[in-house]
Amino acid sequence: MLDTLILSRIQFAANISFHILFPTITIALAWIIVFFKLRYDQTNNPVWMRAYRFWVKVFALTFALGVVSGITMSFQFGTNWPGYMARVGNIAGPLLGYEVLTAFFLEATFLGIMLFGIKRVPSKVHTFSAFVVAVGTTLSAFWIIALNSWMQTPSGFEMRDGVAFPESWLAIIFNASFPYRLIHMLLASGLTAAFFVAGISAYRILKGDTKRAPRLALKTGLVLAAVFIPIQIFVGDLHGLNTFKYQPQKVAAMEGLWETEKGAPLLLFAIPDGEKKTNHFEIAIPKMASLILTHDLNGEVKGIEAFPDDHPPVAPVFFAFRIMIGMGLLMLTVAWGGCYLLWRRKELPRWALKTLVAMTFAGWVATLAGWYVTEIGRQPWLVTGVLKTADAVTKIPPSHVGFSLTLYLTVYVILLFAYIHTLKVMALKSVKVEEFETEEPRAGGNLTNLPKSTQESSKGDSHE
Amino acid sequence: MNEAASSAAYWLPIVFIGLMGLAVLVYAILDGYDLGVGILLPLSEEDEAERDTMIASIGPFWDANETWLVLAIGLLLIAFPIAHNLVLMHLYIPAAIMLVGLILRGVAFDFRAKAAVGHKLAWDRTFKGGSLTTSLAQGYMLGQYVMGFTPGWQAQLFSAVSALGVTAAYSYMGSAWLVLKTESQLQERAVRWARRAGRATLLGVLAVSAINPLVNPTVFDRWFSYPLVMFVLLIPTLCFLAFIFNDILLARLPKTGDRHCAVPFAMVVTIFLMCFTGLAFSFFPDIVPGQLNIWQAASATASLKFILVGALIVVPIILIYTAFSYRVFRGKATELHYH
Repeated sequence: MLDTLILSRIQFAANISFHILFPTITIALAWIIVFFKLRYDQTNNPVWMRAYRFWVKVFALTFALGVVSGITMSFQFGTNWPGYMARVGNIAGPLLGYEVLTAFFLEATFLGIMLFGIKRVPSKVHTFSAFVVAVGTTLSAFWIIALNSWMQTPSGFEMRDGVAFPESWLAIIFNASFPYRLIHMLLASGLTAAFFVAGISAYRILKGDTKRAPRLALKTGLVLAAVFIPIQIFVGDLHGLNTFKYQPQKVAAMEGLWETEKGAPLLLFAIPDGEKKTNHFEIAIPKMASLILTHDLNGEVKGIEAFPDDHPPVAPVFFAFRIMIGMGLLMLTVAWGGCYLLWRRKELPRWALKTLVAMTFAGWVATLAGWYVTEIGRQPWLVTGVLKTADAVTKIPPSHVGFSLTLYLTVYVILLFAYIHTLKVMALKSVKVEEFETEEPRAGGNLTNLPKSTQESSKGDSHE
Repeated sequence: MNEAASSAAYWLPIVFIGLMGLAVLVYAILDGYDLGVGILLPLSEEDEAERDTMIASIGPFWDANETWLVLAIGLLLIAFPIAHNLVLMHLYIPAAIMLVGLILRGVAFDFRAKAAVGHKLAWDRTFKGGSLTTSLAQGYMLGQYVMGFTPGWQAQLFSAVSALGVTAAYSYMGSAWLVLKTESQLQERAVRWARRAGRATLLGVLAVSAINPLVNPTVFDRWFSYPLVMFVLLIPTLCFLAFIFNDILLARLPKTGDRHCAVPFAMVVTIFLMCFTGLAFSFFPDIVPGQLNIWQAASATASLKFILVGALIVVPIILIYTAFSYRVFRGKATELHYH
């Protein structure tokens, strides 16, 4: 039966999954845009400006979706998880507060100057604004990952009468899993943005765009992806070892390991069965998991049985982990293959472009899968060892949560469709227009409305 | 030591309710004008150019404006977590509706300029609908809050009046903003909107001011206890004078050389300030009227100190770069361009 707990969990998962899609792109896309603008400032080559102008519009759209879906988050704690703030509010509150104070205002205000101010401020101030927006997005990741990591591996606090009180803010922020998770997430964002930029640029080229700007952007995206992916695999491994040390039950679920074993196998595929506490259809490499986790073929890896009543559901964590890894390996192949082709042939063949288009949102899949591993893997705890998810949930009736959940889901489906559709429209538009919406502003000119000005210019063409 | 700690436990909640009040007030003023612009958006075919200008006038600001809501709700969450829980539990449904309104208007703003030509009007409708939903929901929540979340049709009726009042007030703010930021035909239209919205707002404020002390005896005692009454009645008096003055001024706008085009906006800000002061005076130090005061709801002193240090450094910086942004985009909105 759907009770308030499960509905609230679905709602939180839906809200945060929808939200994370957009910051994952914008955190790194902000830096890519700064790079385009800086290259233009250095070289004065208009092609960088064209790349900047196209991508800054994509950025604005993505950022807007991130902002509005993020506002929902700040209400979630009070509406659905009152026990969370009651128990750990003294820790979570200030971290969230610093995110708003140091990141949200910074990015929102300078975004205005970045998007609309290019004619109103000197070029240097404009580049600086773009830089500040990028700093803001990264800072925001810093604070929210600090809080999330603290929930995974809490430290620097003491419990008094069932309430957490801060002891050392440095220990709270720089908790055991924080550095790994932060870098893992920033790289995930880098990869997501890199494939996003490469994919949309490949789409433009496929649709007959002969300009240089999409080719430059494509190259930027591919090279970034090729550089980031091996680092990400390395950092991901370190992150896994860190989890093995501090949250061994999560690793047991990731590996689908029911019983504690010396020389545990690495499962390439299996269907975990939570009731019988065993796997079906296993395909395994013997002793590999022990080698990866303990650097010893016969090292001991604790299984789910070692954590009775204190372990996450195995199947979702197990599958999400494999989706993430699979996506990572696919990214490695595509990024390196793409770079090789680009180096040998200068221009990618159509099948390679099509592959990149198919990979446009590969980062979303990998990022979501990764977050599901770490968040579902934390269950049944909301804050490891401090607060169980079931104890934090609101007492409002399920019908209320059902109502809001339906409302959110409907809106999210529509928005996701509109977002992807609009990206397509923008890409197609840029194929036809020499320079995307870059007419010199004239007094009284129609300005906020791109479609009309494009229509006018195409009409003008047909008269000639 | 102990005494210092207990005095910190006394004054920190006061500082934070002050900060939160500031955030709420700034939010109501700033998002008030951009929600108002959304509510006023005319939707017929021939109004497209005016819609473009109206939306251009809020383009560089709406995002930062909404951040004040996140700050206000964040401060409530950080400093008064118990109140945050209590308030949002009561306001679960209207808060969800408001959030959907905010989401829709925020994205419509970007989609309208970038989606296919045929969809632009649909996104403009979404923008208007989202703005209206947001302000009605906020007004309704304000009403529920003032009534102390009591059930019954009286509370519902009051909240409905409050929903309309807040919507009128945001329209008033939005039209005054347009008087400041636009010119020629659109400005003349904005002046007419401002006069109508101003009168509607006055009715709303009068209704709320009359009902609030009648249903909340403590509020009545606070406002009408001698000799304080002589002093505090200044608040409604000033508020009323601002309404009258603004109505007279608006009848004469626009003037040659666009003189006094900023005055209506300043007047509406004054009115918001007075209404806010009135509400704050009615309830302080309760954070949930009649149920919870700020000291009962406050979080740990150590946490409040940690965030206060940051707030004292960062909030002035936020104010400085916000001012910088408004300076960059000063002048009429027709000169505002996407690049």
